[in-house]
Amino acid sequence: MAEQSPKTLTGAQALVESLERVGVEVVFGIPGGAILPAYDPLGQSKLVRHILVRHEQGAAHAAEGYAMTTGRVGVCMATSGPGATNLVTGIADAYMDSVPIVAITGQVASASIGTDAFQEADIRGITFPVTKHSFLVTRAEDIPTAIKQAFHIARTGRPGPVLVDIAKDALANEAPFEWPGDLDLPGYRPVLHPHIKQIREAARLISESRRPVLYVGGGVVKAQASEQLTELAHIAEIPVVTTLMARGAFPDSDPLHMGMPGMHGRVAAVGALQRSDLLITLGARFDDRVTGKLATFAPNAKVIHADVDPAEIGKNRAVDVPIVGDVKEVLTELIEIMRGADLPDFGPWTTYLSSLRDKYDRIEYEPTKDGLLSPEWVIKRLGEVAGDCFYASGVGQHQMWAAHLLPFEKPGRWLNSGGAGTMGYCVPAAMGGKVGRPEEVVWGIDGDGCFQMTNQELVTCALNDIPIKIAVINNQSLGMVRQWQTLFYGERYSNTNLESLRVPDFPKLAEAMGAVGLRAETPEEVEDALAQAMEINDRPVVVEFVCHKDAMVWPMVAAGTSNDDIKIAKDMAPDWEDEIL
Amino acid sequence: MSKTYTLSVLVENKPGVLARISGLFARRGYNIESLAVGPTERPELSRITLQVGVSDQLVLEQITKQLNKLVEVLKIVELEDSAVRRELMLIKLKADPATRSQIIEIVQLFRGKTVDVHNESLVVEATGSPDKLAALLEMLKPYGVRELVQSGLVALARGSKSLTERPKNDRLRAVAR
Repeated sequence: MAEQSPKTLTGAQALVESLERVGVEVVFGIPGGAILPAYDPLGQSKLVRHILVRHEQGAAHAAEGYAMTTGRVGVCMATSGPGATNLVTGIADAYMDSVPIVAITGQVASASIGTDAFQEADIRGITFPVTKHSFLVTRAEDIPTAIKQAFHIARTGRPGPVLVDIAKDALANEAPFEWPGDLDLPGYRPVLHPHIKQIREAARLISESRRPVLYVGGGVVKAQASEQLTELAHIAEIPVVTTLMARGAFPDSDPLHMGMPGMHGRVAAVGALQRSDLLITLGARFDDRVTGKLATFAPNAKVIHADVDPAEIGKNRAVDVPIVGDVKEVLTELIEIMRGADLPDFGPWTTYLSSLRDKYDRIEYEPTKDGLLSPEWVIKRLGEVAGDCFYASGVGQHQMWAAHLLPFEKPGRWLNSGGAGTMGYCVPAAMGGKVGRPEEVVWGIDGDGCFQMTNQELVTCALNDIPIKIAVINNQSLGMVRQWQTLFYGERYSNTNLESLRVPDFPKLAEAMGAVGLRAETPEEVEDALAQAMEINDRPVVVEFVCHKDAMVWPMVAAGTSNDDIKIAKDMAPDWEDEIL
Repeated sequence: MSKTYTLSVLVENKPGVLARISGLFARRGYNIESLAVGPTERPELSRITLQVGVSDQLVLEQITKQLNKLVEVLKIVELEDSAVRRELMLIKLKADPATRSQIIEIVQLFRGKTVDVHNESLVVEATGSPDKLAALLEMLKPYGVRELVQSGLVALARGSKSLTERPKNDRLRAVAR
């Protein structure tokens, strides 16, 4: 676009103009002293909607939720010092789960930097370990380039959070506005096109294997490569496992899907990895929660590892065929070669895994006899009632049950904190997700512990027409920690009892924040509450499900042990029946 | 057993780059044995020479890959054993008229220089490979080392190739919007 003679703008105006030019629709944030100049033109922007959150952590998670449901870059904004440090948890979360967000923070005036000025914090230094990149801008004329580069870096290659810290005088001063053409980033060249030689080598290994498995991670969701994944799986009839970050990347209803592997993985999924002779790893990173004890993980498998981040390849597990590239391109090229290829019959292998799945992974959860609800049953029912909608979750037992029991048929509809394990993620992420996809139903599955960390964003939802639905699975305790205390600490429940049967009174709390508050304590009430919640679309809804506290997440691989030692219940191991292989 | 490798890292000359690199080493548990930073013949670029001690080649590969992910890092080269490696050492020694000439003789053997003389002391400047400087120090120790300061190692590969040749950024343009 040919520019006329550049107009002179304040840094703040240049910031808003830049945000408009990169296509930002919405910013989640809270103003304060140092960022104040930016809020003046931001309030007048016709293109950028600002949503005033109640805590900066909520802004960062909301930006993540928005990014997850739209595939676009989420944006959060905060002032210097505590405003910026409150973003850190969300930024770290986005870093661990490769979510593209840009965090814009105000900084004290450049002359005051380094003097311990009021509300000064070296937020760039603080976030070095948890950002993909960061900028400190001290001159108004540098703002457009920083913003354009930040968005480019956040969304390309392996996505991630980028921080732009802007000194107050840079926002206040005037400079000619010049939108950069080419991005001058000589040290940033993500490799997207895979090497064809490696693809051929991968195809060769697949055709030589007997027990291959597609080990699918969140990268497949980020690369929007689900269609290609499904095609490849069915060309060769290769079984699939989807990690916590990849739920939805492959339809749960597909007979080739063996479920989620890992510490709380399904027996068939864990078995698929452990007994495999070839892992076709796509956008996954051999996280400890998937591998268990690394030395005994998939001991007989060769490994194909495709990832856009070369540093993930070979980091935890030695690789036979490394493929650096965008996983969608990898799959497309692999499909091309595999389509005409003469492939072995993986039928016996798939049949074996399917039998494990039928035997161990089709658990029916009934309401408990002690009068309190079974949390697994509640979540399963919720999934049946809500169907194919967007789901967010907090972190803990309810997250694992949600990952297993909700119906995941489409990618990008599962928002959760996988790598960082951030309690408090659910409500603000659901909020951001709903802002990105206002026409869709967004359910948050939260725990009573998690909910008490970030529920104030329901106020934001109530006031900004963001009608999310939150299920609080109230088992009156920090359930996952309690489970570990039950199993590994002699049932000594140190500080995991939240005593939250009526304090707080969750429906009243919801009502106080402008949401509808419901409570269900019996199976009949569950049905009524779910039906009622599905009807309400003009306000946020919170449904408290009062559940019993001793439900445990099974299967489980105890930390630091081998996946082979997976238990399907306390002291109960599955019978692998290897001999049929 | 740990082996030492020398990495030459070409970076953009921007504030905070060194903090990013040292922070990366600290948080991923890599060990920096020596570090030297300075400008290059191109003012927009700096060059960092790092010596790292690692237990195996895989760790070195991880270090290189993680460094490469830093946006301001342009190039990383692992220097071969044949590379030219130099350190600078300044040593303040006790020296009276009786020992002064002996010290100077040793220093000359190592092609070092005496850069400051005082009634009771001498400052010696020496450059060379770490082995050579260690040998010099061993010889000088008996006279009494009062103070010692040593630079990080700097190194260049032999031959005509240059690390700072302009990196190609054609591919960047293709992906940039």
